[in-house]
Amino acid sequence: MTTTSHPSYLAPKRRRGSGLTTWADRHIKWLFTAPAIVFVALLIIFPIAYTVFLSFTDSASSVTRPFSFVGFENYGKWLGDFERFWPAVGRTAYFTITALVIELVLGLAIALLLRKTFRGQSIVRVFILLPLVATPVAVGMMWLLIFEPSIGFANVLMKSLGLPAQLWLSGTDTALNTIVFIDVWQWTPMVILILLAGLSTLPEEPDEAARVDGANAWQRFRHITLPLLMPTLAAAAILRSIDAMKTFDIIYATKGRTGGSNNEAETLNMLAYNESFGNSQYGSAAALLMLFLMFIIIILTALTILRSKGHRA
Amino acid sequence: MTATAQRPTRSSAAAARVSPPAPRRRKKRLLGPTLRTIAIVVVVLLFVLPLGWMLMAAFKTNLDIVTPSRTFDFTPTLDNFGTVFGAQNFAPFIVNSVVVGVGATIVALVLGVPAAYGIARYRIRNATAFVLLARVIPGVSLLIPWYFLFSQVQLVGTYTALILTHIFVTMPLVVAIMAGFFEGLPEELEEAAQIDGSSRVGAFVRVVLPLALPGVATSAILAFIFSWNNFLFALVLSNQETRTLPVAISNFTSYASVDWGGLMAASVIITVPVMLVALFAQRYVVAGLTAGATKG
Repeated sequence: MTTTSHPSYLAPKRRRGSGLTTWADRHIKWLFTAPAIVFVALLIIFPIAYTVFLSFTDSASSVTRPFSFVGFENYGKWLGDFERFWPAVGRTAYFTITALVIELVLGLAIALLLRKTFRGQSIVRVFILLPLVATPVAVGMMWLLIFEPSIGFANVLMKSLGLPAQLWLSGTDTALNTIVFIDVWQWTPMVILILLAGLSTLPEEPDEAARVDGANAWQRFRHITLPLLMPTLAAAAILRSIDAMKTFDIIYATKGRTGGSNNEAETLNMLAYNESFGNSQYGSAAALLMLFLMFIIIILTALTILRSKGHRA
Repeated sequence: MTATAQRPTRSSAAAARVSPPAPRRRKKRLLGPTLRTIAIVVVVLLFVLPLGWMLMAAFKTNLDIVTPSRTFDFTPTLDNFGTVFGAQNFAPFIVNSVVVGVGATIVALVLGVPAAYGIARYRIRNATAFVLLARVIPGVSLLIPWYFLFSQVQLVGTYTALILTHIFVTMPLVVAIMAGFFEGLPEELEEAAQIDGSSRVGAFVRVVLPLALPGVATSAILAFIFSWNNFLFALVLSNQETRTLPVAISNFTSYASVDWGGLMAASVIITVPVMLVALFAQRYVVAGLTAGATKG
């Protein structure tokens, strides 16, 4: 862009030196990006294509076993599976939506709380950062102890508050909600940090003007801060929903490979892992992953449409 | 500067216009900050207390862990760490995690930093789609073909396979952070270097790269943390010798009775290093984590 703005006598004087330097300079755009692109092609594009291919085969039990084409059989099997597949779809949707809503509301509230400068602000931000960088598997183990029904702190707290003890992660009905809680604990900080970054870029004038006009805190939030923050909020929602749909580590750490003995915490990602590396049904797992990917794309498209609608409004 | 100079007059004008609620406001001024401080303390405690719980349990005997009355009143012991390094032999797993993390970070920097520069300076728009793609794709759908591929060439269980796959986690981060960083650097710098006779590649190496070092540090730290924390890829592609820390910890629970003290000690060993890094590089980590998001 700006390179053309120089008068010709200021044009870069190339060193006559080696032809290699000139060649490198002329092709710098591709020279710099090609290695990364080749790597991506080899380790992402090709594998995805291979997964699509496998999804139409009966590949199973061993990677060296010959397999044959079965058409859409794997897809049909999953779509007619009301024992594992559809409940997993429901759990994935439930987990993602619940975690997302709680994290956005909580994240927004805390970001607003921390927005104005105060003494000790930097140390508070460090504390908030800690759950975010903690290893998810270790986080799962930590909550496994806290939620242990007989010795964990959670039930000690419940009893001291006069509430009935819960089974938490061990209960068929409570496991998924407890995992939502863990996800909220670990990932709300992400929303907070994104929103704080967004808040710091907002202009102060509209807020000041509204204050002068006598708008109260809620009115200023509802009609000024929130609309201005919408794009950032939408970005945080998209990032979080992508990751929440694919949650694996904390479920595996707290409920094991099958998402509990009744599969009560089995999401689509867990089911895909169990089908491929637990049952060695590679073809069937590949089909499931394609359905999962479609599910992700549908949700993302919905969120993007919502976002563009929000922009217009 | 000018804004702060103007503010007193503006707010006094506002006070004059909305005069009635003055007394209530004074009370609020006292009550507001106190409530806010309490709220901030509660928020911090909610995020930190569970980690403190894990830390305390790591220094307790299993008897103290199961006795609620000894929640805070216990004699610290290093026995659990003895178990982790002794019976569980954790030292090699730490080495594995470091080797894989450092390897995946270096390769990601070597490939990702120039790519990010190309993307930022020549405005390759589709490149950002790749970063998003890497985030959207479920890891298992890559793991199946990787497992097929690495089995064919006998790489399952090797550092090579682990590093290669962890680059999938580290490189998008590096590209996203560095592309944003390069976009923020004025192009005039390279132009000046070129006018002085430097080649474009030379200008990148001698002028741009030194200026981009904070960005490189940010992305390196985050890339290492993400590789260190990654569980799924090593779960399938590592073996007894190359097992990384998260996989080693997940094996703790497979025994009949859980050794809570040992498990918490192992969890402390894996989480404390990344937390210390986050503590010292706080500013960079926050910038890196939110870099992609605020750009939309």
